Amino acid sequence: MTDGILPAVLGRFEWQSLPFVRAWEHPNASEIVGAGAGAVVIIGAILVAALITRLGKWRYLWSEWFTSVDHKKIGIMYIVLAFVMLSRALIEGVLMRMQQATAVNSPGFIAPDHFAQLFSTHGTIMIFFMAMPFLTGLINYVMPLQIGSRDVAFPVLNSVSLWLTAAAAALVMASLVVGRFSTGGWSGYPPYTELAFSPGVGTDYWIWAVTLGSVGSTLTGINFAVTIYKMRCAGMRLMRMPLFVWTALCTSILMIFAMPPLTVATALLALDRYLDFHFFTNDLGGNMMNYANLFWLFGHPEVYILILPAFGVFSEVVSTFSSKQLYGYTSLVIATAVITVLSFTVWVHHFFTMGQAADINAAFGIATMAIGVPTGVKIYDWIWTMFLGRVRFTVPMLFSLAFMMTFVLGGFTGILLAFPPLDYLAHNTLFLVAHFHNMLIPGLLYGMLAGYHYWFPKAFGFRLDEKWGRISFGCWVLGFYLAFMPLYVLGASGMARRTQAVFEPSFRPWLYVAGIGALLLAGALASLFVQLWVSVRDRKANRVFAGDPWDGRGLEWSISAPPPEYNFAVLPQVNSRHPFHDGKRQDDPYAPPRAYEDITLPRNSMTGPAIGILAAAAAFGLVWHMWWLAIIGALAISAVVIARSFARDVEHTISADEVQRTEQRWLRAAANAAPIPRELEMTSANQGLAEVSA
Amino acid sequence: MSADEVRQAGLELGRNDLLTHEQAGSAIFGFWVFLMSDAVIFALLFATYGVMLPATVGGPTPADEYKLVPTLIETVLLLTSSFTFGLASVAMKHGASRRQLLGWLGVTLILGIGFLGMELHDFMIMFSDGAVPSRSGYLSSFFALVPLHGLHVFFGSVWIVVMMVQVLTFGLDARVKVNLQRLGLFWHFLDVVWIAIFSVVYLQGMIQ
Amino acid sequence: MIRQSDRKRSEIRTYVTGYVLALLLSAAAFAAVRWQHATPTSAFAVVLALALAQMVVHFRYFLHISLQRSARDDLQLVLFSAVIAGLMVAGTLVILFDLKARMS
Repeated sequence: MTDGILPAVLGRFEWQSLPFVRAWEHPNASEIVGAGAGAVVIIGAILVAALITRLGKWRYLWSEWFTSVDHKKIGIMYIVLAFVMLSRALIEGVLMRMQQATAVNSPGFIAPDHFAQLFSTHGTIMIFFMAMPFLTGLINYVMPLQIGSRDVAFPVLNSVSLWLTAAAAALVMASLVVGRFSTGGWSGYPPYTELAFSPGVGTDYWIWAVTLGSVGSTLTGINFAVTIYKMRCAGMRLMRMPLFVWTALCTSILMIFAMPPLTVATALLALDRYLDFHFFTNDLGGNMMNYANLFWLFGHPEVYILILPAFGVFSEVVSTFSSKQLYGYTSLVIATAVITVLSFTVWVHHFFTMGQAADINAAFGIATMAIGVPTGVKIYDWIWTMFLGRVRFTVPMLFSLAFMMTFVLGGFTGILLAFPPLDYLAHNTLFLVAHFHNMLIPGLLYGMLAGYHYWFPKAFGFRLDEKWGRISFGCWVLGFYLAFMPLYVLGASGMARRTQAVFEPSFRPWLYVAGIGALLLAGALASLFVQLWVSVRDRKANRVFAGDPWDGRGLEWSISAPPPEYNFAVLPQVNSRHPFHDGKRQDDPYAPPRAYEDITLPRNSMTGPAIGILAAAAAFGLVWHMWWLAIIGALAISAVVIARSFARDVEHTISADEVQRTEQRWLRAAANAAPIPRELEMTSANQGLAEVSA
Repeated sequence: MSADEVRQAGLELGRNDLLTHEQAGSAIFGFWVFLMSDAVIFALLFATYGVMLPATVGGPTPADEYKLVPTLIETVLLLTSSFTFGLASVAMKHGASRRQLLGWLGVTLILGIGFLGMELHDFMIMFSDGAVPSRSGYLSSFFALVPLHGLHVFFGSVWIVVMMVQVLTFGLDARVKVNLQRLGLFWHFLDVVWIAIFSVVYLQGMIQ
Repeated sequence: MIRQSDRKRSEIRTYVTGYVLALLLSAAAFAAVRWQHATPTSAFAVVLALALAQMVVHFRYFLHISLQRSARDDLQLVLFSAVIAGLMVAGTLVILFDLKARMS
């Protein structure tokens, strides 16, 4: 009997699934690194849990954060998740660089299978659990404030999306402790990822993590698009929306239409693996090329899902720190929309070498190059925005400048790769790796970090430390160039990507340089954490409660920092593209309204965390073939959804008195703050009140 | 959407309802967006079906497996259920008795279950012929596409039951109305998908 | 109150019209296959055309999508989705049949 029960309960789990047991049995460097990573996850989780228990903060976290449906708190939680995952994936990147630097004509210290897991998790995490949560968090926090709304259209759904993403990220983390991750790269191409060649749990971890993440992102896209479409404040016409909102809208549209192909691709792969279907197998009529097609139908728009919000951030930052309105607003909007549509027409350039006719490749190559045009328009618009402006080199502005120069460089290599004949030479080499890092590090990470520095004072009420910000910036930029420029050379010389060992001694110096670059990037991340620590420590000196530290132009700067739960005591009415900028110059933006009213907001809900936990459990059950867990999880999710539809007491009201008290406290502080000129904005004199000049 | 527009779309909210017209408008527009995202999933499964259609690998072919009459009956069942749901919407909107609304929902539910029963019966026959998804790429793509529609009908049926319970529990409060409206969109949308299925899958397979 | 019942009647009429049209179009498609006279290609073209017409009927009479201002948002959404889905489906078919042709 026990023979039957144990496998039914534990699925395909065995002791060797634990990295610690593997390291005990085969104590080599690679297994020890694996066990160490697993130990870090466990010890980290225990430490965090212990710390929270010691501080007695469980109840606070649960009732104020985890169950919150406030878009601001959800946004912050997304970004925390992004930083956690960034730390892991960056360390993995460093490990890979170290391995290649030490593996010239020698085995190095990481075994091939482990190396394959590293590049698979690195890519998967960076795209789905670093980039996506970061931009989703930023949009979540900022967009409703910019359109003058009190929340997103579907606050509970927003929380569900967050927790689905967190569940997916947890699944990837679990693969460090139980079992192993996929070795099929972030794109998981079959037939390699089919059961015949990857029978273990790794690919299944990848499938369900990506599937949960993509469902979460689809729901987020729907939520944002409806919010922007339907919940703008009075007078906020489409062509008056801040550019960040435009990019958020276009990113949401891309999420709505580009996530389904990914869901289909992973679902069909799962059917192959679990139910013996034959979509992508080698035998019985399977067609693995359809996978590449489906995956990149998602994959290319995904690139713009990632980059467009960063474009939005740069538009805001460049305009604010040049004290000028954005040059060519209309052309930027058109360029954003054109990129959105064109991004659906270029997916074949990810598999030019698959074997389709040259004229098909040519058509997609031309479409690819065409995207360079609207992107170029944007770069010129930002340059013209700075022209004759009052440019201040704050950290977000530095990131914007580094982005413009670096991104153009990456764009050039992209145009090269858009030539199918040239792509035949460079495909699957480090040239490609260098190219997409050259697009995504400036085009995503710099943008997100610029946004983080720019809006941090709004979210927490104090500025981030400038000095450590600059150190971090320097490391990010120098590290990037050192780490990735050598890869262009190596790729052009023919070094294949995802190589665990190298047999060409002349590659060694370039690999050393790239390794140093990777270490600098790790230093950049460390400086960000130091900066956060220093800033929290010195928060009293850097308070900007009045809410307008940078002489901002949009509605988000017209309220206190941090904003009250209800965002706006009275919903704003706008009549220009720069409502707060103009408002400050026309009359007193800190004048109290005639009367305050009760404000109704959605009540916190356990739906999101419950669905997240159940989804993680169900996915874990599927990965390990613990069918009971998968079935219970799926049924319980349905039960939660149905139960939620029966909930009626879903709102709470903040009384007019309370709103008045909150607002008066802020207005008093604003009245007592000293308005500062722009040259003092990086000093402690900045209390969040801008000196208004014409 | 303005209040008037919401009314046009088939929703009549009372004066003292909890939801504002604006919220109802967002709720329904959001569901439309969701449906369109879902439509992309179906579109890609159709494309995959088209790609894999020749991959019968010596196994059963469409012409062997598809039957005209059952497909026609299933079509009529589903079309009729859409019509009866329409009558349920009219009943809700114009304040007909609760019994009438529940009646039309019940008829819709029965038609939906009838459709599911027939479809399952078709699948059983296919299975007994050896037309199982593991047999060939073609059958894999068939069994990803058509049962997914069936699964949607199943979820729609569960949703109808939930809404019937809610009508009994809460009466027609604003959230019940909005959710019935969304359910209606979902149900009619499944018809549109079914049109594509019987045309592209079944009828194409039976053309000689 | 009279207006109310008028509206109700006209709405029921809308659903009846849609139902009858949908049944006729479905029946026509099935008939075109049951009593097939044309070549397979043109028979399939007829079926597809009828399907498209029936989808329009469903959107018009059941899903209340129309050219009126009130449904403009929904109409634009549906059309945009149709364009994207069409692009994806057409691209997939072209690319993969091209591959198939070149590999056999």
